Amino acid sequence: MSSDDAVLSVRGLFKSFGALTVAQDINLDLPGGARISLIGPNGAGKTTFVNLLTGMLVPDAGHVRLDGIPIDQLLPEQRVRRGLVRTHQINTLLMETSVRENVAIAVAERERIGWRMLRYGPRWRACLDEAQALLAALGLGGDGLRLVRELPYGKQRLLEIAIALALKPRVLLLDEPAAGVPAGEARAIHDQLEDLPAGVAILMIEHDMDLVFRFAREIVVMVQGRILTRGSPSEIANDDRVREVYLGRRAR
Amino acid sequence: MTLRYGGWGHLLPWAAALAFYFFGSDLLSLGTNALIMVLFALSLDLVLGYAGIITMGHAAFFGFGAYVAGVFSIHFSNDPIAGLLLATAAAAVLGLITGALILHTRGVTLMMLTIAIGALVLEVANHLRAITGGDDGLQGIRIAPLLGLFRFDLWGHTAYLYTLAVLFVWFLLAWRIMRSPFGRSLDGIRQNVRRMRAIGTPVWWRLVAVYSLGAAMAGTAGALSAQTTRSVGLTALELLTSGTVLMVLILGGTRRLYGSFAGAVVYVVVQDLAAQADPFRWMFVIGALLMAVVLFLENGLMGLVDLGAARIRALSGSRREQR
Repeated sequence: MSSDDAVLSVRGLFKSFGALTVAQDINLDLPGGARISLIGPNGAGKTTFVNLLTGMLVPDAGHVRLDGIPIDQLLPEQRVRRGLVRTHQINTLLMETSVRENVAIAVAERERIGWRMLRYGPRWRACLDEAQALLAALGLGGDGLRLVRELPYGKQRLLEIAIALALKPRVLLLDEPAAGVPAGEARAIHDQLEDLPAGVAILMIEHDMDLVFRFAREIVVMVQGRILTRGSPSEIANDDRVREVYLGRRAR
Repeated sequence: MTLRYGGWGHLLPWAAALAFYFFGSDLLSLGTNALIMVLFALSLDLVLGYAGIITMGHAAFFGFGAYVAGVFSIHFSNDPIAGLLLATAAAAVLGLITGALILHTRGVTLMMLTIAIGALVLEVANHLRAITGGDDGLQGIRIAPLLGLFRFDLWGHTAYLYTLAVLFVWFLLAWRIMRSPFGRSLDGIRQNVRRMRAIGTPVWWRLVAVYSLGAAMAGTAGALSAQTTRSVGLTALELLTSGTVLMVLILGGTRRLYGSFAGAVVYVVVQDLAAQADPFRWMFVIGALLMAVVLFLENGLMGLVDLGAARIRALSGSRREQR
């Protein structure tokens, strides 16, 4: 595991809540353009791992580097500003704000004009235009002026992705992007996931195996806070230990 | 952000305020009080309405501004504008310091801390008798003519127009700021802090900034009160004053800016009428009014204005169709 070309590198990450260890010596490298799926049974610590990367949780030990620079001391919002961006398993949107503005304020923060109080006219209009263009690319072009709460759930999931993309991330952590979406609407999300910008390193937590095998070039399997194994989709598909974890001991 | 009335609608409150100057000259001091209350409630709208900072200590900034303006006029200079600017800046600094201390908390904890800071400021003012006059209040404030030209006359003509002008400037600023990227980020912080962190918003800094801005505006309102009534009392710093301005804002409607106008005018008028009828039980009328508004209108009195505007639009629309 060389970390020379890794955009994000994780070394020796530990975290426990009392007696419950949720992250145990996790080591992982994400090179530029990575398409890695993180899978594992419920409670394996996948979302916890994402929270440790983004700074929402503080690890007991271990280091996270972004572009070779340690980010352990940075606040979550500072990590975002460096390009480490996530989506949420449960929609985290401004429900009483328009779809377009949800994206535009992200663009404004990326452009560092979130502080502007008085002189902002043209810059803000540019943010709105960029937001609208991004929404159009994700098939939400007609929904820009609607309030988020009026949007069907599947489109809200897409909006989560749109907001993350508006930040032009170096690393994108997708936490179950298609969770809770009815099959009919899920296809739109799957299609968009395949069209994500090629240079962005992406780590996706997902339970839907069809989606995982379509999306991932590498799969990491997590069980009880540790990485059980990792490999190409075909390697993982044929790995007995993975089958055991997913299908239970009787399958042996 | 719903403030999309036709252009003419914006003129209405200002035209009414000017008309009051010409036709309500017996009641100008009451009108001045109402305008000061509008500004005070407007400052709370930024902090509580937009940014969602639940505060019960906003009077600290109003009272601090009032004392700074009063003390400045007695000991240093009685130029009104200089006193107003100084009081505004001083309140902004107090808001910055106290905000920085407490705004990492939220909800009930935050509210308790705002009450505590309000109580501290009140006690300090109470103990610094040499400067503030303690229980007796600050007496002997004198204000020089505005811009060296307009004397503050007994009938309150100058005071009214001065207050209206200051309110107008602050209103324009507030209007502009609340539609800015900064203002929209506050709206986002109120709705969902996690979302704002996830797009890289420095939440604490933004909250401290708007808290200080609201404090500055409240300080201006306090200074206007000191200058136009020529007295400052400890009541300006009391918890009840924080509660009153909150009541005025809720009565009028939050996050609309104009809600402060509706709430303050109705509050001051009802208070005046009810207090004349029964000096001891006027709060009963205010309480009943607030209950009715909160229970039956979606967003305060501005909710009523919305209903009226929609009705007018529907009527004029149907008339157009008939033609």
